Amino acid sequence: MAERCAVIGVGQTRHASRRDDVSIAGLVREAAERALDDAGLSWGEIDAVVIGKAPDMFEGVMMPELYLAPALGAVGKPIMRVHTAGSVGGSTALVAAHLVTAGIHRRVLTVAFEKQSDSDAMWALSVPQPFAAPLLAGAGGYFAPIIRAYMRRSGAPPHIGMEVAVKDRLHALKNPYAHLHLPDISMQMVEESVMLWDPIRYLETCPSSDGAAAMVLGSEVAAGQAEAATGRRPAWVHGMAMRSEPTMFAGRDQVNPRAGRDCAKDVYAQAGITAPRQEFDCAEVYVPFSWFEPMWLENLGFCAEGDGWKLTDEGATSMDGGDIPWNCSGGVLSSNPIGASGMLRFAETALQVRGEAGERQVDGVRRALGQAYGGGSQFFAMWVLATDKP
Amino acid sequence: MNDRVAAPPAVRQGSRPVAVVSFAQAPSVRHESGRNEVEVLMPVIAEVFANIGITKDDVGFICSGSTDYLIGGPFSFVAALDAIGVWPPRRESHVEMDAAWALYEAWVLLQEGEVDAALVYGFGKSSLGDLAKILALQLDPYVMAPLWPDPVSLAALQARALIDAGKATERDFAEVAARSRRSALGNPNAQVAYDWSVNDLLAEDYVVAPLRRHALPPITDGAAAVVLATAERAFEWAERPAFITGIDHRVETHSLGARDLTTSASTTTAGATAGVAEGEVDVAELHAPFAHQELIVREALGLGPDVEVNPSGGALAANPLMSGGLIRIGEAARRIMDGSADRAVAHATSGPLLQQNLVAVLAAP
Repeated sequence: MAERCAVIGVGQTRHASRRDDVSIAGLVREAAERALDDAGLSWGEIDAVVIGKAPDMFEGVMMPELYLAPALGAVGKPIMRVHTAGSVGGSTALVAAHLVTAGIHRRVLTVAFEKQSDSDAMWALSVPQPFAAPLLAGAGGYFAPIIRAYMRRSGAPPHIGMEVAVKDRLHALKNPYAHLHLPDISMQMVEESVMLWDPIRYLETCPSSDGAAAMVLGSEVAAGQAEAATGRRPAWVHGMAMRSEPTMFAGRDQVNPRAGRDCAKDVYAQAGITAPRQEFDCAEVYVPFSWFEPMWLENLGFCAEGDGWKLTDEGATSMDGGDIPWNCSGGVLSSNPIGASGMLRFAETALQVRGEAGERQVDGVRRALGQAYGGGSQFFAMWVLATDKP
Repeated sequence: MNDRVAAPPAVRQGSRPVAVVSFAQAPSVRHESGRNEVEVLMPVIAEVFANIGITKDDVGFICSGSTDYLIGGPFSFVAALDAIGVWPPRRESHVEMDAAWALYEAWVLLQEGEVDAALVYGFGKSSLGDLAKILALQLDPYVMAPLWPDPVSLAALQARALIDAGKATERDFAEVAARSRRSALGNPNAQVAYDWSVNDLLAEDYVVAPLRRHALPPITDGAAAVVLATAERAFEWAERPAFITGIDHRVETHSLGARDLTTSASTTTAGATAGVAEGEVDVAELHAPFAHQELIVREALGLGPDVEVNPSGGALAANPLMSGGLIRIGEAARRIMDGSADRAVAHATSGPLLQQNLVAVLAAP
């Protein structure tokens, strides 16, 4: 990083199955305006816009950033559109952050969204492709066998996934923006929900959401100005990394992908992290199916391989007494505007580091990890934020 | 070998000079019937590395541009990675834009110095679907797309606006087309090349008045790749790297009725930021899919009559969506690298009727 970069504004929409009250432009603008307000900035003070979303077929609009340019105040400015599958919300934030760290711009607005109710993601993910194994049953159908492989390999007992499903929904009760608010959530309720793709039950999967997330990223000067104007402190970027690996490859371990491990190693090295469980105060990690929490605990080096489920089982990832709370926002299991889900992870780390997370705030957060993954676990994006300047 | 110490030219933007050191493209064809996108890309990627004797291990970043709507399925960029073989895992990103913007993303990253070379590529098979319908999906989904305006009809509105404004005539369009297709005779990758007179072209029927067939781009399957490198690597790998001395991109409103379609304000701004006017321009590669759009872009960039425009034939000779803009940068860079130009301008466009534009200025060391 040639220049320092900080998150100086965060905004998100209320997430819901259907946001019929807004157009796509209205949806992204809701998040973007909140981020600008948070940063104490007006549209004219933004130098460039970086927008991300998952496949265009999710709404049926080709390259929607063209249509959204005026709604995002981008007319006359540079706008870029990122698409890296499910990790896109994270990647988009990283592309925006590099515009600042490379010294090109001082204030960049980054936005990610999905309006799933405009189309059908399950259908869009299941279009047969030449020379590729058909997915047919959406993302859950793809990931269920990988989860079963994890269970077999680690010897995890079958209730672990349900524990994650309950824990993240309890966290979501503290997040006013979350799509799912299930006050009665319990192990029994999850267990009795319908089995969709064995071992993934209905309540162990993410919802389909309409929603958007936005952040304003600023240079050191811009961060100082924003803090002076708003009294809210910036969250400094200490590390950024992306990794991709092939989809079809005999040497690939889809349970514990090397791209994820390499990405974590890179971002930890940049941020000087050697013991993630001890050094992070919280983490927002892309867990669209409950079992991905123990899998990513291992992939991200929070424990030894095979031990992830033990952390979940002993409550280490819970806000209720755990030492390393994961997904205090309720995570992807509680809100899933696909293209924005990764950016929500990144944005929630910013809220935690800034001490702006409201009821879901973890006490005394100094350093947090944001992670997003996509595709068939071959695309990863991560960042580390901290209260102090790098 | 001489003992001259090579130095990059002064750059207007960014802190670190970055150059195009290699360029390769697939032959542009109406329909790649025997090869999928990965198979079209593979020889292009192999060539762009072989040109300068490097491998994928020599690039620290990979960035591509493509769009799902051409393949008719989600994640078209995912399989494309198999044309490279990203193992061990690579630092990689993708824009749902013409690959010229992927090149921009890579250029930004190279400014930081952690990575000293990047592979950029773009691809698309426009032949797989009905482009008239597909491109209508780029329009405002609530008030425009439901009317299914096709890109040729929209372009005709723009051409008509130019004529009505007294800025151009149908003969001007034909002159652009005749010159472009004649230039394309010298481009082995061109799809449409011929030597016809302006009068011959004006004898054609209208497709959508005032546009005749010659004023339309072909439908093209294609792909292209570029290697970018910082100065140190650039001089290792290329004798005459094409340094990017300025690069910028801007967007305009999507609402066609709110724009003056006879000008391109975003091109003018991007060109000014990239520093087009700060030196003599030997050659310009302009991404103008319709003949009349070359006139608009040319004026927006303030290019004089001495500038050689689209010696490759431009998008009228081959119009591979998602790589057409990158090819303009590649063609301009090629002219620097082969010594036939010292300073070149490349332009890429995206969206209906030149909504979004990128301008790069390239110069010899």
